[in-house]
Amino acid sequence: MPLTLSPTTTISTEPAKGANTATPIIHLSAVGKRYGNHQVLSNINLDVHHSEVVCLIGPSGSGKSTLLRSMAFLEEYDEGEIHIEGRLLGWEIDDRGRRKHAGRNRLNQARRNLGIVFQQFNLWPHMTAMGNVTEALVRVRRMKRSDAEKRAMTVLEKVGLAEKAHQYPARLSGGQQQRVAIARALAMEPKIMLFDEPTSALDPELVGEVLAVMKQLALEGMTMVVVTHEMGFAAQVANSVVFLDQGSIVARGTPSEVFRDTQHPRLRQFLQNYLDRNAFWHTTPEQEN
Amino acid sequence: MTFDLTIITANAGAIWNAFLVTIYTWLAGSALGIVAGLVIAALMLFGGRPLQLLLRGVIELVRGTPFLVILFLVYYGGPAFGVRLGAVTAGVLCIAGYSSVYFAEIFRSGFAAVPRGQLEAGECLGLSRFDLLWRVQLPQMLVLILPAIVNMLTILCKETAVLSIITVPELTAVLTGIGTRTFTFIETLLVLCIAYLLLIEITSRAGRWLERRVGTYLQR
Repeated sequence: MPLTLSPTTTISTEPAKGANTATPIIHLSAVGKRYGNHQVLSNINLDVHHSEVVCLIGPSGSGKSTLLRSMAFLEEYDEGEIHIEGRLLGWEIDDRGRRKHAGRNRLNQARRNLGIVFQQFNLWPHMTAMGNVTEALVRVRRMKRSDAEKRAMTVLEKVGLAEKAHQYPARLSGGQQQRVAIARALAMEPKIMLFDEPTSALDPELVGEVLAVMKQLALEGMTMVVVTHEMGFAAQVANSVVFLDQGSIVARGTPSEVFRDTQHPRLRQFLQNYLDRNAFWHTTPEQEN
Repeated sequence: MTFDLTIITANAGAIWNAFLVTIYTWLAGSALGIVAGLVIAALMLFGGRPLQLLLRGVIELVRGTPFLVILFLVYYGGPAFGVRLGAVTAGVLCIAGYSSVYFAEIFRSGFAAVPRGQLEAGECLGLSRFDLLWRVQLPQMLVLILPAIVNMLTILCKETAVLSIITVPELTAVLTGIGTRTFTFIETLLVLCIAYLLLIEITSRAGRWLERRVGTYLQR
């Protein structure tokens, strides 16, 4: 189905149930990062609240993936602060007020409730789906193997792959691999899920099954930050959409504000470009019925 | 030309012992070399810049020195520094030291071949550096580097022949000794070649078998 941003597109603008607007679960203030002379992120201020779904969109090279990876400290942001559940992520301030790398324990403490899903799945190919899911349960959470396997079956069922539990990743399709990766993150019972272009490496036909799992998670109240090119997903699921360009947030708002009402020229150009690429058949809402 | 294998059967006991010495120096030296190589590679990976540079220097130094010269330095040069080793011990240690830098390079390439993303995923799940090395990197890289390891083992097998020069009573020393004493070069050298061929053939076959075994997960 070609994606049209017609006025009939359903958009949920109300905050998710149980959303706590008081204290953000992720808090970014004035976050910046540079590679040498190149400023990849500058002055990013962003709050994500409990049960909120935030989609990061923007052209390639806009810094959206870097921003998401910073939220797990896979990229070291070098200006500003990121707080996860009130804990400063990745850095600690020493006696003289200078920042230095937080120790491994402290870093892991800050991202304890964080799950991350990557564009390239990053499953461990020498372990079965079950092995991938149980590894951290056994090694990090110190669960008994039998308990870990029980939990793993539960999450694999959740992503619809219980019958593939004993397959190696090489025997799974891209979509199935990504769902195993989601299950691996979910098994740790995170409060926040970060998705870094989770469907960009997939054949178009396999995108749907991954998005369906993500939609389900959003409905269940998971706090999610999603870097995506799937505007349909963003429009239907996100509470807010953030548009980045050249390392800065240039527009943000509800899906309808960003996709429909925006007057921002760079954002309009980006969306038009997206529509041109994806609309291979011109349909109007009347013709669809 | 005479061809008289009775010289071999007459010395069968000595040749068998020499065969065992060859296998011992080869396998003990290689095993130590593999462990040392893994340690060097891991230290270069996690040890920080100064250590990395130091180890790189050591690797280049050892790689730039012929095995025979290393052997002389340790066995004949050692006593000048108060290191007196028996011939067999010196031989084993030299094979270990010599091979460790090659194994280190093999391991380093293996570490590099495991995609970074897999480590990031593990890191975010809270896995420790050691867990990542032991559970994620090693099992995968062993599959990738197995052919290179087997290759190195076959080279080292033949390299033990050099130990004959420092009087280690291994195959080459014993068989050439018999040959020169009795002028039966063809017979002794033939047995020598067959013995090395045999060891290397067994190694290659074991390597291929192991490759199939550990590589099953890669098959679609």
